[in-house]
Amino acid sequence: MLLFRKEIMIAKQSIKFLVVLFILTASFAVFANGGDHENQHAEGNQIDTQEEINEYIAHHLKDSHDFHFYTNNATGSHFGFPLPVIVWTSEGLKTFMSSEFHHDDAGHVIVEKDGVKLTKIHSKIYELEAGAHEVTLDDHHHATNAHKVLDFSITKSVFGMLLAGLLMLLGFGALARGYKKGHVPTGIGRFLEPLVIYVRDEIAKPNIGEKKYRKFMGFLLTVFFFIWILNLLGLTPLGFNVTGQIAVTVCLAIFTMLIYMFSGSKDFWAHTLWMPGVPVLLRPILAVIELVGFVLIKPFSLLVRLFANMTAGHFVVMSLIALMITMKEAFGPVASTGMSLVLALFISVIEILVAFLQAFIFTMLSSLFIGMAVEEHEHH
Amino acid sequence: MDQLLNDFSPGLFFMQAIILIILILLMRKFAWKPILSSLQDREDGIKNALESAENAKLEMQNLQADNDRLLKEARAEREAMLKEARELKDKMIDDAKTEAQEQANKMIAQAQASIESEKKAAMAELKSQVAGISLEIAEKVVRTELSNKDKQLQLVESMLEDKQLN
Repeated sequence: MLLFRKEIMIAKQSIKFLVVLFILTASFAVFANGGDHENQHAEGNQIDTQEEINEYIAHHLKDSHDFHFYTNNATGSHFGFPLPVIVWTSEGLKTFMSSEFHHDDAGHVIVEKDGVKLTKIHSKIYELEAGAHEVTLDDHHHATNAHKVLDFSITKSVFGMLLAGLLMLLGFGALARGYKKGHVPTGIGRFLEPLVIYVRDEIAKPNIGEKKYRKFMGFLLTVFFFIWILNLLGLTPLGFNVTGQIAVTVCLAIFTMLIYMFSGSKDFWAHTLWMPGVPVLLRPILAVIELVGFVLIKPFSLLVRLFANMTAGHFVVMSLIALMITMKEAFGPVASTGMSLVLALFISVIEILVAFLQAFIFTMLSSLFIGMAVEEHEHH
Repeated sequence: MDQLLNDFSPGLFFMQAIILIILILLMRKFAWKPILSSLQDREDGIKNALESAENAKLEMQNLQADNDRLLKEARAEREAMLKEARELKDKMIDDAKTEAQEQANKMIAQAQASIESEKKAAMAELKSQVAGISLEIAEKVVRTELSNKDKQLQLVESMLEDKQLN
């Protein structure tokens, strides 16, 4: 009886903890909106026209080389902090802080490092060709006398990934260490353990199978929590949009693809390349279709789903915040602000759900594809 | 699509790949392996505990059944013994009763027989005594009667009369 009561107490505490966490995350999202409101209301940083708003949103959706919170257009001063730039140029590796670009994003500021002239246009770093002193742009805003360099900078996205990785190592490291003391986790582990069990029992086991799931748990758990934490980071006022970067989702999808291609069973390859029970003439055609499906279509669906959902989420939240400016003419400042606040809050709460959902779907589909590849068919 | 390709940053892709590989390796070593094996151990432990509890329950049931059976047997045995004893008792009482009855009957019969023989002896003695006394009386009577002639005649007369009347 006493034990039972204690368990109820623990359950109550965990529920309380979850509620607090939820409120915390929700308030983060609200704060994110609030932060943006302030930005746009701030004196001298007015983004008033539709074009400016679109540009602001497009800029946010891209990766960037520094953290930028607020700019005073009147004085030209910026608030934020720079991140290291690491680029591979024709003269080898060059590193410097992004503050050297002075927040320029249109190719006006040229940084010279040991004879290499570098500039930043639309969040991409370009190397000027030899002899050029200034970037010339064509009608479509493409540089004509500069080319992109390989950019290994610690950009905002890379910083976000490192942060997520650190959080995971700390949180789950604590959970792992907690098991040395006793069978029941304490503290943060009490929240994390059910999530690990959820991924194992609801995602990995049913899709891959009881016998083989263990081998893939490292990848699936890492990817699940990595995507989830990054999605949630995207809702904070820091303005990460890591899972909305196509390069990131491509990388995740390619990892999944490589894993299921390399762990494919004999049956899987037999069915993919030389489908039994089908006329011989059709078999090569089917093989091509199956291969294209596994190598291209499945990873593509994975990467586009995650990318599009997260990008769209950020876009919608920012557009709703911008409503207070675009609708000011029609409804007046109070109504437009109120409307934008309510709608943005509503969508932000939905985005919290989407953050989990996308992580879940990515992991779910990954394990489904892995399950298809490792499956042993029964021979009749 | 063009926009997407333009946005694709090979550098970011590379960094992501490196970070993801390192993260997977680190998490596997420091988090997932210990966590999953601990979970597995715990679940196995719980399963074993449940199984052994179930076994103990079965064993208890078996023991209980054994006990019940023993108890039943003991009760039946006691019952049988009591019954036997009761029967024995009844039989003994019956035997004693019949024996006593026989004895009594025999004694009664003996007593009757001896009474009979005593009675016969007494009767015989009485008869002989009576006969003696009668003879004596008769002698005395005859002596007196025959002392005078008349009376003798009278006696004969009365006797004859008696005979005739008979």
